[in-house]
Amino acid sequence: MEHPDWLWRTPEPRRSYDVIIVGAGGHGLATAYYLARNHGITNVAVLEKGWLAGGNMARNTTIIRSNYLWDESAAIYEHALKLWEGLQEDLEYDFLFSQRGVLNLAHTLQDVREGTRRVNANRLNGIDGEWLTPDEVAKVCPIVDVSPDVRYPVLGGTWQPRAGIAKHDYVAWAFARKADRYGVDLIQGCEVTGFITDGDRVTGVRTNRGPIHAGRIGLAAAGHTSVLASTLGIRLPLQSHPLQALVSELLEPVHPTVVMSNHVHVYVSQAHKGELVMGAGIDSYNSYGQRGSVHVIEQQMAAALELFPIFANAHLIRTWGGIVDVTPDASPIIGRTPVENLFVNCGWGTGGFKATPGVGWVFAHTLAHGEPHALNEPFTLERFTTGALIDEHGAAAVAH
Amino acid sequence: MLLISCPWCGEREETEFHYGGQAFVAYPADPESLSDEEWAQYVFFRDNPKGAFAERWVHSAGCRRWFNTVRDTVTNEFQS
Ligand SMILES: [Zn+2]
Repeated sequence: MEHPDWLWRTPEPRRSYDVIIVGAGGHGLATAYYLARNHGITNVAVLEKGWLAGGNMARNTTIIRSNYLWDESAAIYEHALKLWEGLQEDLEYDFLFSQRGVLNLAHTLQDVREGTRRVNANRLNGIDGEWLTPDEVAKVCPIVDVSPDVRYPVLGGTWQPRAGIAKHDYVAWAFARKADRYGVDLIQGCEVTGFITDGDRVTGVRTNRGPIHAGRIGLAAAGHTSVLASTLGIRLPLQSHPLQALVSELLEPVHPTVVMSNHVHVYVSQAHKGELVMGAGIDSYNSYGQRGSVHVIEQQMAAALELFPIFANAHLIRTWGGIVDVTPDASPIIGRTPVENLFVNCGWGTGGFKATPGVGWVFAHTLAHGEPHALNEPFTLERFTTGALIDEHGAAAVAH
Repeated sequence: MLLISCPWCGEREETEFHYGGQAFVAYPADPESLSDEEWAQYVFFRDNPKGAFAERWVHSAGCRRWFNTVRDTVTNEFQS
């Protein structure tokens, strides 16, 4: 039997490129695609130490939304959501983008105040959002227990109808296929071990497959960004933590939307195939091992059962972990570094998937022009010195 | 679930502890003299090594004391 056509080539690395992107996850692939599509820069390599989209792109819970509190965040996430809305046509690939909405539940007075404030902030930024009463929550998602006699009763929730999910692997493959057709080299099994420098600028990378030169280099390596940057003596305000998720067996459709709860700390949707997909918060300790502690899974399942009594009949099939790079203000760092020609896109913590096309767009701009796009200008490394933080901790329904 | 050795209580389950991040980050000796860059380093920047990491834990559901240890951030093996 013949192998079906590959979606991309498997080229040998050339000796030099205009731009090298480190990390072939969603962000790296989207960046390569928009470098070619928006800026005509196609002499590009995306270097991946493992296999394409095998890191956090393979491990996330695929939630897409833009209901962030602060203007800077709302702008970049809404830019991403608008791109998602036309992306299947643009990439000519059906990756099961489904705008089934997201409910962010409130269980305390503080949650209610935070949620109503966020809805108002979102609407001022032109982002769809509504405050729902418990009865309205039950209409949107009938399997949520909104009765008053549970430990943390549902007092209401925010509702973003345009939010949703997509099939994460297909998204990566769609970007990879298009980038490859533009001539971008996607090189798997190519680990960057250090950089080639000339004075205070980078001129290339050292890899397990030899040195490769580049005009500009962009890091899109998530949890491993600190490790790469440290080879140049660059210190970043990142801490790498495990983030776990889990799925149930395949079930008939029972869950029509995406439900998130910060207070009991779980987020859950039902994939097209039928698995319930759940995630929780990060494990507390720094780690690069792609696994976490079982009590975190136990807590997230307890939270899910509290909200969805019907899940008592479901079985846990699989859990896994990815390594997320967390910043002190729960916002990403996208832009210049102290080293010329080296740019970072990192610090997305637990919420990078939803931003995939948006960050590809602005990071491509940053790499093409050597300076940030207006949308990533606030997300500098310098903000930790100037104090211009974009503090989404607790502000943005931040369980991603 | 990590099995963590409290210097006073012995090995206990991770759920009895809270994590304190990087160890040996001293409060600036002369805070008034720090530049913005130095304050940023103190407040926001911590090491993030892949490998041995000196870190703090507090045995919050036990003796409630803080201690330092060294753990490998890949294998989770405690080395001290
Ligand atoms: Zn103790």
